[in-house]
Amino acid sequence: MTSSSYATARPVQIRWHPAIVRSAPVIVIVLGLIAVWYVAAVLMNRNLVRSQFERDDTPYTTGELIAGTLDAERPLLPAPHQIIETFSEDVFGWPVTSPRSLIFHSWVTLSATFLGFALGAAFGIFLAVLIVHARTLQKSLLPWIICSQMVPILAVAPIVIVVLGSIGLRGLFPKALISAYLCFFPVTIGVVKGLSSPDPIQRDLMRTWSATQPQIFWKLRWPSAVPFLFTSLKVSITISLIGAIVAELPTGAQAGIGARLLAGSYYGQTIQIWAALVAASLLAVLLIGLISLIERWVGELMGGRA
Amino acid sequence: MMAPGKGAAARLPRANTPFHAVEPMQNLASVATLTEKPAVSAPLAVDVTDVSLTFETADGQVDALSHVNLQIAEGEFVSFIGPSGCGKTTLLRLIADLEQPTAGSLSVNGMSAGDARLKRAYGYVFQAPALYPWRTIEKNIMLPLEIMGVPDSERRERVKRYLALVNLAGFERKYPWQLSGGMQQRASIARALSFDPALLLMDEPFGALDEIVRDHLNEQLLRLWDKTNKTVAFVTHSIPEAVFLSTKIVVMSPRPGRIIDVIDSNFPRDRTLEIRETPEFIKIAHRVREGLRSGHSYDE
Amino acid sequence: MTLSWKQAAMFVAAIGMLAAVAAPLSNEPTADLFGRPMLLAAILLSAALYAASAFVSARLSIAVTFAGVLVGCGVTLVLLRDDTIEGYAASGFWVLVLANWIAAWLGVAALASVKLHDKAAGRMVDLAIPLLFGAFVFYLWEVVVRGFGVPSVLFPAPSLIGVRFFESLWMLWQDFFQTFILGVLTGYAIGCGAGFLVAIVANRYTFLGRGLLPIGNFVSALPIVGVAPIMVMWFGFDWPSKAAVVVVITFFPMLVNTLAGLNAAGHIERDLMRSYGAGQGQTLRKLYLPAAMPFIFNALKINSTLAFIGAIVAEFFGTPTLGIGFRISIMAGRMALDVVWAEIALAAIAGMAFYGIVALAERATTFWHPSYRT
Repeated sequence: MTSSSYATARPVQIRWHPAIVRSAPVIVIVLGLIAVWYVAAVLMNRNLVRSQFERDDTPYTTGELIAGTLDAERPLLPAPHQIIETFSEDVFGWPVTSPRSLIFHSWVTLSATFLGFALGAAFGIFLAVLIVHARTLQKSLLPWIICSQMVPILAVAPIVIVVLGSIGLRGLFPKALISAYLCFFPVTIGVVKGLSSPDPIQRDLMRTWSATQPQIFWKLRWPSAVPFLFTSLKVSITISLIGAIVAELPTGAQAGIGARLLAGSYYGQTIQIWAALVAASLLAVLLIGLISLIERWVGELMGGRA
Repeated sequence: MMAPGKGAAARLPRANTPFHAVEPMQNLASVATLTEKPAVSAPLAVDVTDVSLTFETADGQVDALSHVNLQIAEGEFVSFIGPSGCGKTTLLRLIADLEQPTAGSLSVNGMSAGDARLKRAYGYVFQAPALYPWRTIEKNIMLPLEIMGVPDSERRERVKRYLALVNLAGFERKYPWQLSGGMQQRASIARALSFDPALLLMDEPFGALDEIVRDHLNEQLLRLWDKTNKTVAFVTHSIPEAVFLSTKIVVMSPRPGRIIDVIDSNFPRDRTLEIRETPEFIKIAHRVREGLRSGHSYDE
Repeated sequence: MTLSWKQAAMFVAAIGMLAAVAAPLSNEPTADLFGRPMLLAAILLSAALYAASAFVSARLSIAVTFAGVLVGCGVTLVLLRDDTIEGYAASGFWVLVLANWIAAWLGVAALASVKLHDKAAGRMVDLAIPLLFGAFVFYLWEVVVRGFGVPSVLFPAPSLIGVRFFESLWMLWQDFFQTFILGVLTGYAIGCGAGFLVAIVANRYTFLGRGLLPIGNFVSALPIVGVAPIMVMWFGFDWPSKAAVVVVITFFPMLVNTLAGLNAAGHIERDLMRSYGAGQGQTLRKLYLPAAMPFIFNALKINSTLAFIGAIVAEFFGTPTLGIGFRISIMAGRMALDVVWAEIALAAIAGMAFYGIVALAERATTFWHPSYRT
């Protein structure tokens, strides 16, 4: 019995609500970072704005200079409120099907993400089941699977797109394939860990009941693997999103968040780039939330806390 | 038959003498013995005065200890016994300055527990060996010596001596996971002794081991205590272990922790495990058991 | 005499080899095997080895199988050098390939189930299995592409890529230097170093740590790679912008993992340090940092792959006329796919070597962790 079973004793203690204790540091740091951002925006944009004033031959005060840095059209570092402005404009200001709407671009990227995720996750699970049951595959294939992740897929992306393009598959499918390549690996590793996780004691018990391999799989291994599966699915879907975005780059795609980043970069539309990044981040959060919801639903189906 | 505790003041500590000369950190107790201050009563290693400790937990306040008074003289081997949750580990941690009391005062070697800790007055042995897996056994024993700034030349020498003392000579280059549980715990004891503290605090050190190894280690610990003349505070669950090892047994009650009984025990210092079947042993064990029963240790 | 299915399969392989004598080698008129006596002899040898491996003892049969595979693959590769066969290969050719495939598969499977007592030999076998597997995959690639006559503009054979690789060594070196040494390594060093230092500070001041950890976790999940165009805007076209992207990508996983690692030391070990009266710096150096090593190396390994991806993505947004990403996009546009594949081979080798070095360093410093001892 060690003192880890007690909290540390303190003479007098103001007791905060646990929720405040947990969130206070994050809130403070986030506010601090926003403050630093504004200062950085002023510092980084000031040369731009100054030369603009000088070109227009208008006299300016420091106040006007600062106001100018936070409102520039093509700033080096846009202020947070500028980003939020452009973001809401691009999301709410255009009809959903317009190529100027962030929702349109998000949908293009999301569809590639979902397809790639579905392909990658399915392949990853399939591979994991194979690896756990066939020792040969484990020793011969697994090292190559690990190596596959060290090859920057981005190098292969243009080839994939060109090759698939020559047999007539363009647009969604090549992007989804690249996403799938990137996101199958965490699923494979996680599910292999999960399928191997049952205690030897459990496995011995199955043997005393003369259970067949499929029975052992469906009644023991697969249920034990579910928590591991969901953890790796969360990682996998964010990677799939990144893959979809990045797959749009080497081909100069016209639609999608990656395309938006490219366009913003070509035409010097800084704030557009930041708005697209915010959209991508929101998508990532949404996707993780989706998986978490499914996880909780499955958890309840499987009888509460696994 | 000399009562073990009282003799320490008059006797020069045998094995320790060569090292107290170079030891940078000396505790006051051994200084007192060297200069042979006329001791009317044996100097106190630990003096606990009306100590209480209340924890703030998520479920409200927990009274771990309540008005505990205790004195441990130098050279004594004191066991704390009681059911889980009676505060015996907490009391040990208070002495070690790993916790602070909410009421009452504590002195170790005549100074506050905090000062004693900073002066490296005690060695602590936990329930688990807590050896660092990235260090060899040798380096693990050296860890406190590195922290306390003991010179390089002396470190190796001490490691060899204390490993020999716990019968682990030759295992210097091994890693903790290559040793059995009992051997790891012995290494942990050697580590606690390596900087030569006068006080040894042990929290159920043999709890995780099987009975055969435990018996063996009990005997070894006794020999060690006899040879080095340390003061030992020992927490245990096991009545036979407490009675076998100690010069004084402190029986504690469940929460809030109180001392129910303090039993003095006078077995000869060179005793072996056979005394566990003698009538004196059984009588003392019986008294311990009665103390536990009266403290409602068995009702829960 | 009953045959195990493995023995039966080896017989099938042997028969397959012999069947090539009867079946047409090519869709174009060409000399059959009787007109190629050396190859015929080799085929017979290979078939004999396959058949023999079904009978000899387990360990020997592995060696015999692989000897047969070597001969059999050699035959097909030599056949491909004939213009009348390359691009027009027919069933006779393919049955040879199939037979080799069966034999190779069985050989690898046998190797995988071999139990060795010697640990060093065991590790060598563990290394050999994926290598042999991979070598055979390359062989299949070679014969399929050349046998079916897949246009090399689309999907070149490994031998062609190898030739192009060695022809363009200088260009490859320049690209490698630009992307990897200047972009990846600098960014990796700065990003991981910064993440590490911030984690140490955040560990010291708990408030900071409790705030940064959730934020770090959050940012790690975002498509950070999207800051590439912004970095190009800030740092220009050359390698500093690539390094900057790599810094941003590697910072957060390093921060999060180091923080987790610094908290990984156990309760008892911390109490031990306290009982020695150890100072903050001593506890950090002797306990927290060594205990954090497994976590730190986990981040270093993840970052090694992320860094490479980041540098190449950054190149898509602007780069001087150098760099792996740049070369690939330009050459892909020109349909010079063999150069693209050579660059991919370069990227693959560099990526695996980088990861391998980090993994070796990990093994040297965290040999004590339970995950290595099982």
